[in-house]
Amino acid sequence: MHELSISENILYIVENEAHKHNLKRIKEIKIKTGEISDIIPENLEYCFEIISKGTVAEGAKIIVEKLPIKILCLDCGKEFTIKKKNLQCPECNSKNLKIIGGNEFFIESMEAE
Amino acid sequence: MEIKVLRNIFESNIKQSDELKKIFKNKGTYVVNIMGSPGAGKTSVIVELIKKLKDELKIGVIEADCEGKIDAEKINSLGIPVVQLNSGGACHIEAASVDKAMNNFENWAFDLILIENIGNLVCPSDFEIGEDLRMVVLSIPEGDDKVAKYPKMFYTCDVMVISKFDVKDYFNYNMQRVLTDVQRVNPKMEVFPVSCTTGYGIDKLSKFIKDKIFEKKLS
Ligand SMILES: [Zn+2]
Repeated sequence: MHELSISENILYIVENEAHKHNLKRIKEIKIKTGEISDIIPENLEYCFEIISKGTVAEGAKIIVEKLPIKILCLDCGKEFTIKKKNLQCPECNSKNLKIIGGNEFFIESMEAE
Repeated sequence: MEIKVLRNIFESNIKQSDELKKIFKNKGTYVVNIMGSPGAGKTSVIVELIKKLKDELKIGVIEADCEGKIDAEKINSLGIPVVQLNSGGACHIEAASVDKAMNNFENWAFDLILIENIGNLVCPSDFEIGEDLRMVVLSIPEGDDKVAKYPKMFYTCDVMVISKFDVKDYFNYNMQRVLTDVQRVNPKMEVFPVSCTTGYGIDKLSKFIKDKIFEKKLS
């Protein structure tokens, strides 16, 4: 699983931000990820715990918030929030859609000392 | 104290991928990232594409296998320059790995670079590697439920190749189910059923890629 590689990317950004703001300890990291992603939050927490040992983010809590899939129907022009694996316009049943949200993956904020 | 961050977790990979894209654009090189489960037939598809296109186009291959050099040797025997990437057991390759691989081709001038990613339907979906086309190879024996199970891979790819199509009838494969699932996840996806044993569908797939290469050179 690539949660390990993702953890490394998170740690890189966190250390970079900590340095920028002169922070001593990161207590919490808030992450937002789209519903399309296959990230398993428990795996991510586990991997991050391992690789953050001895860094400014050691022991930091990872909080993952999932963002819904958002679609724009190209036939009726309306925007919707939908459930996973059901890419169909709830209004006109069209499958002529554009996904406009749900594939995000970013660090929103962190709680620091 | 709360610090706003708002940084994409894949930012360093995206940056490196965009840099690669610039290099490939300048050189007029079209790049295909080939993904899929282990044993889906990625190497066979690459070999068939090479056979069809090698007289007209300069082709290079990057092989990212977890272990062994068998696939790289197979491609090298066709007279095609190939770089073997040692992933060291990793589950995907990143833009940095492609950058490193390109340094191993001396004075390269390719029309087409085919990159065989690590066999895996989850991890490679998160990483762009400077490619123009993202291709997922799915084989008949894997079953017709893969699109529903791994939507992200199919959402991020442009093309799906259904390989080993000659054995479709032996596996009770419901093609309609696959196409319906693809429609749900990625209505724009192009689907190419092929068989590397009988050669079925290979002409169509190679023509598609050839058209894309010329489109890029003209743009
Ligand atoms: Zn609609």
